[in-house]
Amino acid sequence: MRDKIFNFTIRHPLWVILALVTFAMLAAAGAQKLVFKSDYRVFFDENNPELIAYDAMQKIYNRSDNVTFVIVPKDGNVFTREHLSALKTLTEKSWQVPYSTRVDSLTNFQYTYAEQDDLIVEDLVMDPLSLTPGQLASIRQIALNDPQLVDKTVSGQGHVSTIEVAVKLPGIDPAAEVPEVAAFVNNMRDEFLTQNPGAQVHLSGMVMLNNAFTEASMKDGATLVPLMFATVILIIGFLLRTISGTVSTVLIIFLSIGSAMGLAGWMGLYLTGASASAPTIILTLAVADCIHILASMFYEMRRGVEKKPAIIKSLQVNFKPVLLTSITTAIGFLSMNFSEVKPYHDLGNIVAMGAILAFIFSVTLFPALLAVLPVKVKVEPQGSSNMMSKLADFVIKKRRLLLPSVSVVVIALALFIPKNEINDDFVKYFDETVPFRTATDFMQENLSGMTLLELSVKSGSPEGINKPEFIKAVSDLSDWLRQQPETDHVNTITDTLKRLNKNMHGDDPAWYKLPDSPEMAAQYLLLYEMSLPYGLDLNSQLNVDKSSTKLIATFKNLTSQEQIDLAKRIEAWFAQHSPQYQLDLASPSFMFANIGQKSIVSMLIGTLAALILISFILAFALKSWRYGLISLLPNIMPAAVAFGVWGLIDGQIGMSLSMVIGMTLGIVVDDTVHFLSKYLHARRENNSDAKAAVHYAFGNVGSALWITTLVLVAGFSVLAQSSFKLNGEMGLLTAITILIALIIDFLLLPPLLMAIDNKKSKQHNSKAAANEFTPEPAA
Amino acid sequence: MTINTSIKKALATITFAMASFSALALSPAQQGMEIFTEVKKRDIGWGDSKADMQMILSNEHGQKSVREIKIKSLEQENDGDKSLTVFDKPRDVKGTAFLSFSHTTGADDQWLYMPAIKRVKRISSRNKSGPFMGSEFAFEDFSSFELAKYRYNFLGEEQLGGKDCFKVEQFPVDKNSGYTRRVVWVDKQEYLEQKIDFYDRKNSLLKTLTYSDYQKYPGNYWRALSMNMVNHQNGKSTELKWLNYSFNTGLTEKDFNRNALKRTN
Repeated sequence: MRDKIFNFTIRHPLWVILALVTFAMLAAAGAQKLVFKSDYRVFFDENNPELIAYDAMQKIYNRSDNVTFVIVPKDGNVFTREHLSALKTLTEKSWQVPYSTRVDSLTNFQYTYAEQDDLIVEDLVMDPLSLTPGQLASIRQIALNDPQLVDKTVSGQGHVSTIEVAVKLPGIDPAAEVPEVAAFVNNMRDEFLTQNPGAQVHLSGMVMLNNAFTEASMKDGATLVPLMFATVILIIGFLLRTISGTVSTVLIIFLSIGSAMGLAGWMGLYLTGASASAPTIILTLAVADCIHILASMFYEMRRGVEKKPAIIKSLQVNFKPVLLTSITTAIGFLSMNFSEVKPYHDLGNIVAMGAILAFIFSVTLFPALLAVLPVKVKVEPQGSSNMMSKLADFVIKKRRLLLPSVSVVVIALALFIPKNEINDDFVKYFDETVPFRTATDFMQENLSGMTLLELSVKSGSPEGINKPEFIKAVSDLSDWLRQQPETDHVNTITDTLKRLNKNMHGDDPAWYKLPDSPEMAAQYLLLYEMSLPYGLDLNSQLNVDKSSTKLIATFKNLTSQEQIDLAKRIEAWFAQHSPQYQLDLASPSFMFANIGQKSIVSMLIGTLAALILISFILAFALKSWRYGLISLLPNIMPAAVAFGVWGLIDGQIGMSLSMVIGMTLGIVVDDTVHFLSKYLHARRENNSDAKAAVHYAFGNVGSALWITTLVLVAGFSVLAQSSFKLNGEMGLLTAITILIALIIDFLLLPPLLMAIDNKKSKQHNSKAAANEFTPEPAA
Repeated sequence: MTINTSIKKALATITFAMASFSALALSPAQQGMEIFTEVKKRDIGWGDSKADMQMILSNEHGQKSVREIKIKSLEQENDGDKSLTVFDKPRDVKGTAFLSFSHTTGADDQWLYMPAIKRVKRISSRNKSGPFMGSEFAFEDFSSFELAKYRYNFLGEEQLGGKDCFKVEQFPVDKNSGYTRRVVWVDKQEYLEQKIDFYDRKNSLLKTLTYSDYQKYPGNYWRALSMNMVNHQNGKSTELKWLNYSFNTGLTEKDFNRNALKRTN
């Protein structure tokens, strides 16, 4: 039956090509339906508690996505007529930023003071060009002493200031909204720099972070990813020395990716940060499938076999292991459907489809193409298999040395796994060539970090925020937060209340304290609320029935783990000191931190579980528990060693690195399956002893495995050059893992097989006992 | 009839139509101005009024809060009206009173009496564009309509809720206004404002105010007993419910000064 299909393919290649290319085109057409969702919400279930808390916070107060202009005057002094005037102009222009809802700067800070019985509320900087030196000094004095301004809006030395634009993205088309805002503020910056030569402007904030992400992935997508594909293609061509073979392989790669992504489109799936790596994973699978078939075919042809019989022979030899690899890889990826992070379901399903499609194409379309295209191979008695033969001899000869020494190295490296911590630092995803990184570093050094945390304190009753005991609790929380080493700034309503109390008592500094009755607090706030202009109101700090208030704390740039720890510490402190009130924490960066941790853990556990599951399936397929168990070693150890190595060289595992096991799963399993099945074939069909079987396996699949490895290591090394760590580190560790997988398959697995099987054959001779289901496979 | 004469006839008709149109038609700016001249004309001479108001604030999360105030107003010729607002609810601000002399141009004069410290404070600020009591209404949305506050542009006629309306754009003259423009629907029969769209400083739709439940009071003065303001950008809304309107209650200038603020309780 199988041979019938092979023969049909070779006899009517054009029909096969026509049918499959048509199918692939129809499937790939669905790719137009694929929508990319950059919204982090896709990572959550609708009933995820953190998402619910965050949504509630957004609805109760105003939302806090932001763009921060960090402005450095040319002479290092913010408080000059010229610079304040430029700042005021830029502040006014900032109201024009798309989706902006609020603008806070030094110039529009609502400064309150008393003048006899008048309360004066006005912009801190009204008419900058007419300011006297005395007035400039007084503005400086006010700004550098106001807890709301200093270290947030203006640096303590008065040499840098910021304009913070709050932005509420409608979220209808996030892929367009973020770049729209970014383009607008970039343009504002350029204009400002032309008008104010010598000044510097840096752009940071959440919107700019999101934009940097998009820009970096697009940049890599336009340059490094194509370069990676080109490298893969070039090296295949170079190593196999065949144009037709390379062209056919490239076609299979693109059709597999295209059809899998297209089917995903037809199925109504959407692309996310997670499923966007599906094409690269499918690339590895398609490359491996094709190279096996090509390598065997060339092996035959070098021995003088004609092209068509060589193709058929190659298919006969490779059909089973390629099928087994594809099915187990597909099942492994399908197991991602158990992940609690939804986008990984899509990734798993798309790659599973890709694995099966790559299999189908490589055993039908691929041989058909090879049958049609001219392929010439020099007949030579000794080819690259000679090199493999030498390697086999070496491994067999040194097996007693290799087994312990490689084991020790592998185990020693794997022991460094605990040196890794699961962590993400979004700012450090970008290297110093990326403007967002320099802007954020500059802001951190001179003012504050960009980690924001919103703290909603709930009194539990309407108007409850006016109660002196509640205000005291909020004020204590603010003071405690300010003492924390990570804290740069805290924005709290209690500062406003103290200031108003002072204003109401003729600006007497002795009255800079919290009001002592609910009526007083309520009436001060009413007075203040009634005095503020458009966009600068208290709605972002107080909810409608005044039962809760929101503090905004700004911290140094923190990693996701540090943020999660900090949040826990704050919650614990508040629960201990003010158990009668409820505290909710949320912020976009905090959400990212949580999502990150969750999806990293989910991905690592999911792919590890998939590898174990695959070994069990292999036990069934190879009809041997023993080889199933042995397959655990080459399946799991590459990732273990790679992460151990990572623990030594870096030690931070972020979202991108959690993808590595998934990225390499197909190749690792491919190595295992091909080597083991060839070994078993020799043992069972040819009744070879362990040494001869190892030699046979090296001779048959050795070169295919090392070509595949070399091709993919080169490809991922290209990706490792990215200035965007998300891609760069992922590329690097993937290359390392693939290389380690080959080393284990070549240097550790064979000595182990020989050790076990030699022992077993001795037992077999004496006891005639085997723990296999059936002694022979049905070939 | 030859082709030639029919063309001549047609040309003559077109020329006549164009001539008569341009003679009759006003520019859109004049047309808009005229409509609002009529609006203002129909609401002149009411003298003074008293009313109770309930303000219901809601956010996107479904939280609500009710504020209750009493408002006295005194009509002014050639300037914005004077008003005295006394807060009843929430409890913590009960007795707080707010006196405002609104002006067609420039900042309003404002005083607040706070019973907690038994003092009247004059507020000096440019808060026209700011929210009134944390609601979605800005001060400028409350203050009396004066013709000179805007430039106009007539947009056309439109049906709204079964009523034939004029649709007019208004551009605030005051640079401290929070809006670039407002689009107002005024019904053709009574010249009452039915709906207003507010556009923020970057000319994005910010809020929509819908008037309903218009009642006619003696002297042919109409007042909407319900006004609903929806903020499209932050998802919050504020509903105003007016009760116990009365006109010509005998209020004078003396009821609208600093001393009157303390006497409100």
